[in-house]
Amino acid sequence: MTATSVRASVKRAAPAAPAAGRRRSPYSSWFYLPAAIVYGVLFAIPTFASFFFSLTRWSIFDWKFIGVDNFVTFFQEPALVKGLTNTLIYAVVTSGLKVVLGMLLGILLTSQIVARGYLRSVVFFPVLVSTIGVGLTFTVLMNPEKGLINDALGTLGIAGPGWLTDPKFALLSVALVDVWKGVGLATLIYIAGIVSIPAEYLEAARVDGASAWEVFRRIILPLARPATVTVILLSLIGGLRSFDLIWAMTRGGPGFTSDVIASVIYKQYQAGFYGLSTAGNVVLFVVVTAIVLPLSRFLNRKEVEL
Amino acid sequence: MNARKNYLLSFLAIVVSAVVFLVPFGFILLTAVKDRQQASLLDFSWPHQFQFVQNFLAVVRARDYMLIIAFINSTILTVASVAGMVVLAAMTAFVLQRKQSRWNGLIHGLVLAGLIVPPAVVPTIWVLQRLGLFRTMPGLILVEIAFGLSFCVLLFRAFIATIPRELDEAAVIDGAGPLRLFFRVVFPLLRSVVVTVVVVQSVVVFNDFTNPLYFLPGDQNATVQLTLYNFSSQFTTQYNLLFMNILLITIPPLLMFLFFNRQIVAGMTSGAIKG
Repeated sequence: MTATSVRASVKRAAPAAPAAGRRRSPYSSWFYLPAAIVYGVLFAIPTFASFFFSLTRWSIFDWKFIGVDNFVTFFQEPALVKGLTNTLIYAVVTSGLKVVLGMLLGILLTSQIVARGYLRSVVFFPVLVSTIGVGLTFTVLMNPEKGLINDALGTLGIAGPGWLTDPKFALLSVALVDVWKGVGLATLIYIAGIVSIPAEYLEAARVDGASAWEVFRRIILPLARPATVTVILLSLIGGLRSFDLIWAMTRGGPGFTSDVIASVIYKQYQAGFYGLSTAGNVVLFVVVTAIVLPLSRFLNRKEVEL
Repeated sequence: MNARKNYLLSFLAIVVSAVVFLVPFGFILLTAVKDRQQASLLDFSWPHQFQFVQNFLAVVRARDYMLIIAFINSTILTVASVAGMVVLAAMTAFVLQRKQSRWNGLIHGLVLAGLIVPPAVVPTIWVLQRLGLFRTMPGLILVEIAFGLSFCVLLFRAFIATIPRELDEAAVIDGAGPLRLFFRVVFPLLRSVVVTVVVVQSVVVFNDFTNPLYFLPGDQNATVQLTLYNFSSQFTTQYNLLFMNILLITIPPLLMFLFFNRQIVAGMTSGAIKG
């Protein structure tokens, strides 16, 4: 890293021979070209086009400019507003739980316990399994009458709720399954973060007679901060964009009580309201960037000194 | 924490992990081999009779061997798009890391945007349609490459930073041009990170549901994730077949996990330490 920056400053200090340098440079800019074309045509252009088409009534073949009508609809229709608030709830709940559980599991799985390898594998494996498969499996397990979860709660004398059929619980149930599937990744990131903490710090703390809580509070928590930042940002981005799990489990139901922006986009697309669907995309874009960019600035600014 | 192992905590962790994580997979496994009647009870019980072969054949034969076609489609999609991502991202990352230019800031911004910005769905369909690539496998492959590039570029760039520039200089002195320098000298050194990228992205693309749903609709084009979704309505009363299907499409990621656990972990935690 230092070498690179030194070289950079050397280059900046000697701008006299850029032409000769460029001709001889073995790093040709056209290496960017293939990636730039694919990225530009299929990602950048659609993103920019979405700002325009969100202002139209659109049927792929022709469009009619209608100003901000789509956005007005989006913020007036109760079903669509619900999608917006649900997206925020879902993202905050999943990412909060992933941080807390991921950190606890990370500490547990770096401590001296038996069968650590087994535990790490079993916690991580769901990350790799198909989201739709997990969603359908838990839909069955959460069946209110016959499902395994309510059966188990029943034997304990608790009447389980209609996890996915009760409008109060549907979104949170899906969020819990999302955490079940994603906590392994958070755990793994925390394990990597905790393992990279120099052992001397922990030893020094032990010599000074720090309690387990103090070790956690004063050493692990601040020094695993990059891991926390990564987990928060990754799970927020994922949570805000989340579609497949919700679609597999509730399709936004019952009614539209568990709809999120991404499922609204799909529903409007299916119904042929391409302009409205694209407006949903723009809203999602604004929500994601307005939350993630400032947050990542804020979180990355406060570095701890080692 | 003392060096002595904490047996009580270990015991607790193993029991809880078994209930929370193993029971759902056990449920998939058991239901997949049950007969139709017992499967419809949706309980966690030992099968009365094992119908593994019978259920397997029923799922494979359903809808004119749709699952076989889907596995072929998914394989083509995964192999082609991951290969594309690796080559394109490695080339980009190489020049991005080596060459100082005023465009670097912009390119970094675009890479991060690729990770954060949700893809605009209908406009992408519009572009694909204009190019004649909507509802085609090449179209979907290019879409997967475009959406996956950013992650790969970041991994490659971090790794290329560890390769000494003196190597490039030596190759250039020996008369290597840019192409030869990259593909003959640098790319072979990227092997370990290429394995990581390939494994992680294969799992991601193989498990992708949303992009095939939007950009490659139609039964004859189904990928494995879509078969599940198609079957779930058809199999509402045939849970044994639904779970057999889930079981079958879980096998490829399971194999990846068994053989490439280390690389997957390396790839997925790459952001954790640097932040």
